[in-house]
Amino acid sequence: MKFRAKIVDAACLNHFTRVSTMIAKLAKTCTLRISPEKLNFVLSDRVASGGVSMWCELEQENFFSEFQMEGISAENNAIYLDLTAENLSRALKTAQNARALKIKLTNKHFPCLTVSIELLSVSSSSRVVTHDIPVKVIPRKLWKDLQEPTIPDSDVSIYLPVLKTMKSIVEKMKNISNHLIMEANLSGELNLKIETELVCITTHFKDLGNPPPASEDASQERPPEQMAEVHVDIRKLLQFLAGQQVNPTRAVCRQLKGSHTFHRGAGRLSARPPWSGAQDGPGAHLTGTENYLVSNKIVHFDLLHEDVSLQYFIPALS
Amino acid sequence: MKCLVTGGNVKVLGKAVHSLSRIGDELYLEPLEDGLSLRTVNSSRSAYACFLFAPLFFQQYQAATSGQEALRCKILMKSFLAVFRSLATVEKTVEKCCISLNGRSSCLVVQLHCKYGVRKTHNLSFQDCESLQAVFDPALCPHVLRAPARVLGEAVLPFPPALAEVTLGIGCGRRVILRSYQEEEADSTVKAMVTEMSIGEEDFQQLQAQEGVAITFCLKEFRGLLSFAESANLSLSVHFDAPGRTCHLPRPAIFAVKDSLLDGHFVLATLSESDLHSPALCSPELHRLAPPLQAHSTPHLDDFASDDIDSYMIAMETTADSEGSRAVPSIPLSPGLRPPCSPGPFSEDHEAEPSTEPGTPPPKKFRSLFFGSILAPVHSPPGPSPVLAEDSEGEG
Repeated sequence: MKFRAKIVDAACLNHFTRVSTMIAKLAKTCTLRISPEKLNFVLSDRVASGGVSMWCELEQENFFSEFQMEGISAENNAIYLDLTAENLSRALKTAQNARALKIKLTNKHFPCLTVSIELLSVSSSSRVVTHDIPVKVIPRKLWKDLQEPTIPDSDVSIYLPVLKTMKSIVEKMKNISNHLIMEANLSGELNLKIETELVCITTHFKDLGNPPPASEDASQERPPEQMAEVHVDIRKLLQFLAGQQVNPTRAVCRQLKGSHTFHRGAGRLSARPPWSGAQDGPGAHLTGTENYLVSNKIVHFDLLHEDVSLQYFIPALS
Repeated sequence: MKCLVTGGNVKVLGKAVHSLSRIGDELYLEPLEDGLSLRTVNSSRSAYACFLFAPLFFQQYQAATSGQEALRCKILMKSFLAVFRSLATVEKTVEKCCISLNGRSSCLVVQLHCKYGVRKTHNLSFQDCESLQAVFDPALCPHVLRAPARVLGEAVLPFPPALAEVTLGIGCGRRVILRSYQEEEADSTVKAMVTEMSIGEEDFQQLQAQEGVAITFCLKEFRGLLSFAESANLSLSVHFDAPGRTCHLPRPAIFAVKDSLLDGHFVLATLSESDLHSPALCSPELHRLAPPLQAHSTPHLDDFASDDIDSYMIAMETTADSEGSRAVPSIPLSPGLRPPCSPGPFSEDHEAEPSTEPGTPPPKKFRSLFFGSILAPVHSPPGPSPVLAEDSEGEG
């Protein structure tokens, strides 16, 4: 297994730093998937993350001037690493005035992602900062949980308003209730609502626009004025919005009809969204698994930050 | 005593107090013939800091009223810091600062003369105290490095503010290396990120140390002096002696700044095993002496079996000069203990307790080595006496 890559362009470096900072805000630990063409930051849902999952993808050639990797085998040419997202973000932030940044997979008593930064210096001498980020290599058998999600049909999909505006509204609502209702329709209207015994507050967004439907039938069936509603934990929504420092190039929100399958085995409960290829996960290896099928909705955020795509899934409150 | 500070020097004084506040909770103020000395020590006696402001730093400087002996006092750092809390405000509004102490009053009076005729008077209660004087001599340290504070400021920039300790050493090609130091916890599954900064020799004004030497000290405490040096645009020098070379027992590291009107010294204890164990460090001797990184948890016991684990504090003068200083070699912190940054219960009793079983980390209760009743010197102490180190085994 080998990986080495280099960034020499300042703009690419800043963009990559911004991506890593965003990931650090969205997840404490996540999986970095390295393949010949792409880099992915993956958070597959676990009870620990409250059922939230994420798939972030970037094309490596948009960032790296040099990129070489060798997966664990020729057929499985990928590397999956678990790391603490904040470490990568912190390491990249020290590369403010870097001449060059190199990342490579190393083994210094334990596997590390070594980020080596050559700084521009006033004097003739060079200064080098090295960060050894400890990583855990994920074995091949667990890769199926970390594949790209397939998006099922959605009730409604809508373009989002400026995320900063949305965030400041949701932040204020958080003080009143943890339970947020998101309503959207095919006329470009989005409502954020909280209801308590004493008060009900709704913020209405209009003229947002809707992305073209996936299939012709879906659009004809549904009356455009009809609102589709989903209930989410406001803190999860806020964490997602807080991670977006810059307004994305494009932001779409979909309400998905999901089905969560809960596997219970050996006391571990895991909920699975419609991830492709995730039919049998770790839970299935254990004897005596019980399956509970719960039909539930999922809110899917599909963002594009220049050339980096981010998909974020928040399960609805049952 | 009466001192008057004017103009930009008020801010310098304030900055010095801020630096000292990073170390200890009590400020020892002593007017000497050489100038006004402000000193502090941390509760575990593993860090000592002092600033000496020469008489020329002041518009007016009177150490003692004639006929009276110079007064020494110990004030709560918090109280003194409150006078200079906001340096920005101090810089903008304070025109003069007058510090006075007379035998009759029980207060140290700090009066700030500000713009528009505003006068702020702080009456700080104090305690009489002995002279706080650490025993150290930069000249005894074989290794020195000196650089403008800006260089060192940039060097510590990649390290997180929360990082406790850092290892400083000389690597291959005479590069100065700073690396984050993590105490290995045997049961921790989550390893911490290791950050290393490497600077070329050319950035240093003086570099007198061989490749392979390294010391580990508390970064948080060092930042106190560094921020002062950066604001005053001074050079900072580091004097140290790494274990295993010329001395068996590690000595504290001395960080110093100096200009014509003031000098400052921070003396910080160092950890016993400092190991820049990396490909960058190519000295084979260091590898032999330092325990390998994997077996981190076990070798401590062996290293400590022969060390005097009782005396791990910075050596302090305990008696008046005539009796000779009962200086104890400054010894490192036991790695089993949480280092300088954690306060330990402080006992003024300088009776040595029987040493604990060798091989076990010393008890958390730190003892002070230096308070006894000291006869008040009539004249200012003649400067720090050399550290009397016990004979290095086999090298004496």
